Amino acid sequence: MDPLQSRSHFARAMPARLDMIQSVSGLILALFMWVHLLLVASILISKDAMYWVAGVMEARFLSADGHGYPWLVALFALLILVVFMVHGLLAMRKFPANWRQWQALDSHIRRMQHGDTTLWRWQAVTGFIMFFLGSAHLIIMAMDADKIGPHLSADRFISEGLWPMYLILLLSVEIHGVTGMYRLAVKWGLFDGDDPRRTRTRLKRLKIALTLFFLALGLATFAAYVKIGLEHAPQAGQRYQPGLDQSLAPGVHSPEGKHG
Amino acid sequence: MNENAIPTRSISADDCAQGRLLTLNIMRYDPQVKGDSPRMVSYQLREAPGMTLFIALNEIREQQDPSLKFDFVCRAGICGSCSMVINGRPGLACRTLTAGFSEPVITLLPLPGFELIGDLSVNTGRFMRELSERIGSWIEAAPAAETIDQLEAPMEPELAEQIYELDRCIQCSCCIAACGTRLMREDFVGAVAFIQVARFRLDPRDQRSDEEWYQIIGNDQGVFGCMSLLGCEDLCPKDLPHQTQIAFLRRKMAGAI
Ligand code: HEM
Ligand code: SF4
Ligand code: SF4
Ligand code: FES
Repeated sequence: MDPLQSRSHFARAMPARLDMIQSVSGLILALFMWVHLLLVASILISKDAMYWVAGVMEARFLSADGHGYPWLVALFALLILVVFMVHGLLAMRKFPANWRQWQALDSHIRRMQHGDTTLWRWQAVTGFIMFFLGSAHLIIMAMDADKIGPHLSADRFISEGLWPMYLILLLSVEIHGVTGMYRLAVKWGLFDGDDPRRTRTRLKRLKIALTLFFLALGLATFAAYVKIGLEHAPQAGQRYQPGLDQSLAPGVHSPEGKHG
Repeated sequence: MNENAIPTRSISADDCAQGRLLTLNIMRYDPQVKGDSPRMVSYQLREAPGMTLFIALNEIREQQDPSLKFDFVCRAGICGSCSMVINGRPGLACRTLTAGFSEPVITLLPLPGFELIGDLSVNTGRFMRELSERIGSWIEAAPAAETIDQLEAPMEPELAEQIYELDRCIQCSCCIAACGTRLMREDFVGAVAFIQVARFRLDPRDQRSDEEWYQIIGNDQGVFGCMSLLGCEDLCPKDLPHQTQIAFLRRKMAGAI
């Protein structure tokens, strides 16, 4: 009899399933975070560009009154929250389970001075931080889905005082995401090719380049929101009126008043 | 006397010993001795050309401290006995040249995660034997042939080559001591087990299917527990292809459900 056809097939297949779900959820999150950064970085182009992006996200172009459907954004944030929780809970199985394990790993990391091992600790630490701050951020976004725009988002940084949270999240996610993608590649042998060792060297270089790129873009974007948040603090809570800023973004030149 | 001649003088013992003064910090501890506790002891000796840690340790044992315990058999990187933690990283003493250290201070610890016999000597044998039994590291052949003089099926040279490549493992346990996962979780089988599974899985004489292999390593103590830290890949003294083999097994095992 095929041993896997037995009653406990489901239980036996679990470790493989959980590992795959951990990897796929990590992949989805990492890809999402890259797209997410590119979208929010539209503020670096102009306020109108970011306003336009926010509009597309809530499908403003489909609604007659021009208000769009912020619940789409809320729904998406909740979906990501589910993936996020699944990934976080599965990955946390790998955390040291007790003091002895933590000590064993910690002294091992210090002794070995081995890059990929040391990076795992950073992955665990940043993952743990994100588990709390990231879920807070996602819940806020789901509840305030209608309050995303150049001014209201910047107000969240300054007038609502969330900038430290955003900064920690930014640093965590950029380190964690790229490291995770690297690990996905070596873990499943995705790009092994003829010479897996050369591939790994290249992947490591790519990892550093991508981390620096996303960190630079992220920090510039962060600075842009902080600046707007500071300037806009006296009128905190007031929505952005499109077109006041010189627009570079396509598609924002819709008839007067349509954006409400 | 020719003015250009190099002034001659008698050769002293000092001139022969031109090598650097090496300091070896070695963990000393004998669990058999009541009341003994681990401590670091420093030994100094002159570096000689081509000196390996194996030679240095023997010199210390012969000239300074006959009670120093460490293992070796082949002194040529074949038997896998002399693995220890060298300046923080697992490696073979007999294959480590002292000249490779820019600083003349070398710290030696026993491999972590194994039963300590004393000083630098650990019992990796018991671990390897248990591992062998756990994963069945032998050929699980089809029912015996009718006659003993039946010819064995020929094997393609490329395949034999691939199997041989994985068979180069000397069971030194460096990959185990280099693995953060294994140090946290003692029941994790570790990279040497994956290499052995990969080796027998490749062997056409072995009848085990992927479903059967899944029973053995398709769990969190096996391939799905590996956190891809790649200490094994980077520190295996035989340069075995751990990353590719673990990834390969992971794909096969994920495909076996
Ligand atoms: C909920 C908070 C999170 C926690 C607690 C967490 C924790 C972890 C841990 C501990 C690992 C290593 C798993 C292992 O060694 O097997 C990991 C892997 C990974 N993480 Fe996260 N993470 C979180 C959020 C994220 C986010 C937001 C992203 C996207 C940027 C992400 C992307 C990845 C990727 C791609 C991997 C590699 C997946 C794998 O090895 O299977 N994670 N995560
Ligand atoms: S796989 Fe490499 S490190 Fe591990 S026991 Fe074999 S030779 Fe040693
Ligand atoms: S890759 Fe896996 S087996 Fe190798 S050292 Fe890392 S956790 Fe251990
Ligand atoms: S003494 Fe045999 S491997 Fe070092």
